[in-house]
Amino acid sequence: MKKDNKNKDHTTPNTSAQNIGRRDIIKGLAAIPVLGAFSYAWIRKNRIDEKFRKQMREVVHLTSQPVEIAPSIKDGKPIRLGIIGFGIRGKQLMRAAGFPEPSWIDEQIQDHAENKRNTNYESYMEQEQLDIEVNGVCDVFTVYSEEAALAGSNVNREGAKGKMGKAPKQYRTYLELLDAPDIDAVIIATPDHWHATMAIEAARRGKHVYCEKPVSWTVPETYELVKVVKEKGIVFQLGHQGRQTESYTKAKEAIEKNVLGKVNLIEVCTNRNDPNGAWVYDIHPEANPSTIDWDQFIGPAPAHEFSLERFFRWRCWWDYSTGLNGDLLTHEYDAINQVLGIGIPGSVASSGGIYFFKDGRTVPDVLQVVMEFPKHELTFLYSATLASDRSRGKVIMGHDANMEISDRLVIYADPQSTQYKEKIESGLIDPLAPIYAFTPGKKGADGFATATEQYFASRGLLYTYRNGRRVDTTHLHIKEWLNCIRAGVQPSCNIDQAFQEGISAHMSTKALLENRRVFWDADKQEIV
Amino acid sequence: MSNSVIINKYTNPQTFFLVALRILLGWYFLYEGLVKIANPDWSSFGYLMDSQGIFAGMFQSMASNTDVVTVIDWLNKWGLTFIGIGLMFGFLTQLALFFGMLLLVMYYLSHPPLASVSYVLPQEGSYLWVNKTLIEIFAMAVLLVFPTSHIFGIDRFIFKSNKK
Repeated sequence: MKKDNKNKDHTTPNTSAQNIGRRDIIKGLAAIPVLGAFSYAWIRKNRIDEKFRKQMREVVHLTSQPVEIAPSIKDGKPIRLGIIGFGIRGKQLMRAAGFPEPSWIDEQIQDHAENKRNTNYESYMEQEQLDIEVNGVCDVFTVYSEEAALAGSNVNREGAKGKMGKAPKQYRTYLELLDAPDIDAVIIATPDHWHATMAIEAARRGKHVYCEKPVSWTVPETYELVKVVKEKGIVFQLGHQGRQTESYTKAKEAIEKNVLGKVNLIEVCTNRNDPNGAWVYDIHPEANPSTIDWDQFIGPAPAHEFSLERFFRWRCWWDYSTGLNGDLLTHEYDAINQVLGIGIPGSVASSGGIYFFKDGRTVPDVLQVVMEFPKHELTFLYSATLASDRSRGKVIMGHDANMEISDRLVIYADPQSTQYKEKIESGLIDPLAPIYAFTPGKKGADGFATATEQYFASRGLLYTYRNGRRVDTTHLHIKEWLNCIRAGVQPSCNIDQAFQEGISAHMSTKALLENRRVFWDADKQEIV
Repeated sequence: MSNSVIINKYTNPQTFFLVALRILLGWYFLYEGLVKIANPDWSSFGYLMDSQGIFAGMFQSMASNTDVVTVIDWLNKWGLTFIGIGLMFGFLTQLALFFGMLLLVMYYLSHPPLASVSYVLPQEGSYLWVNKTLIEIFAMAVLLVFPTSHIFGIDRFIFKSNKK
């Protein structure tokens, strides 16, 4: 330290009491030039940012408002529901309708206590009550039937110690449930081989139907269902809750405004890598021939001796299942059909095999499906594996830009784009940076979220929790169906959309099993 | 300002670098504050939820209450801004340093750079126990014990009478 050396008295303020000297002022306000520099930098940065935003808004002129959720119609008359099937999906649907199992509520409370980040319980309790009553439940496994009745009585969404309401009646068969006069509408969440049969019987009795995907198990019943639903004029909703995903709505808007240019290729996929994802579900310890009505489970399927594996893991056998096509391709297809309105493909080719889960299943665990849409001049490519979860996005590729759709929507300009050529050359558009990014719940939507925001958003940590409530799309999908019943109109995933979904999936299965390219005869409305 | 009485003689370079450090820290805080004020979508929510280490539970429970988040947002936006102005202009500097350090300690405790944790928010370097926040805290501590605002700063006027 050279304190002794060259000491200058900077430290003692001017003590001449009368006035503050010039020297004082300069020393006191020494930072003014720095503030000047700061202000200059700040204004300049904001100007550049604003100019950029303005120009970009002209490039991608999508509305920046979040997608509005239609309010519930309140007519004071509860809709009386019946539930058929209370397995994994049935339980989720009941929760989404506002009737959780008490044990599930206890689990959510416990999870939150253990991990504050888990806000499922809070979000769930914020879910709107839909003004419905559950009057009947039916499941061929008595344990599930009782659980369904308990959930149906959980009108206050409480845990096991809570106060339950009146329990719905447990029906032995679905036909008895459908015949009940105190049921207006049914939710069908059974194995695939029962979907259309039950939906047809429900429609014949004038009951509105929310049916899990896929719409049907065979081709002929698909036509029959469309016919009955239209004749009876019931409100039919197919269970593709992706219809309620905000980013899909935004994607549709982008397509309509030609942001992508000519779309020519669509890539969608399924990537799973765990037994549960591959349909190797748990076998319930209380399941046995006396607690399961095996004959009723079999129904329209080929006869087979009692098998717990087949009962709980039915998706693994063509006898009850529609494989990857019905279970997972349909979600991807419906998402794209919602965005692009592609309809039924002109032709479908498919290949795959049972390459990993050699557990006696008959449906492939790795599958590719190529759908051609000559009318739209594009190919839809579906690629699935149940034994690797390397994430591959849902991508729509156009000449001018491409977009990846998840809960978010991100659009990148193509370096070789014609539409954006000048803007890329002038540097306004950087093909490596998104020209548009939508994050659910965020007020504005543009490509300029900071890196921090992007990261938080991609982990679902930001807007979906804060501004926008985090809402279950299945809940919204059921709500839309109920609103349509009250208003007497058809919902987003109506019977026409369901028909397109069903036929596309059947074409894929047919192409795979017959090992040939199958075609759609649009005039005859037939698969050839 | 009792410290300033004890250490009241700096060399020119000492004064220059101490004042420069103070102004640079001020710039840093001021910009961090203003940029948050300017962005209507900014919230501390994501950062709080991304907390790790032994205090994570406390920060996350703060984030779970919307009203608390609103208060924290406000304190961060305006706190950072006023601390920035304070440091830059040498205005109530000791107070600004104290609250600045308090904020930084909070950031450090919510995002400790431990070997065992990782964050959603990527860091632009790799840190073990010591990160930029901690160094900033200590830089501010240095300024706290080597005050300069009575030489170059508005505090010169405010605390004038005390210095007789």
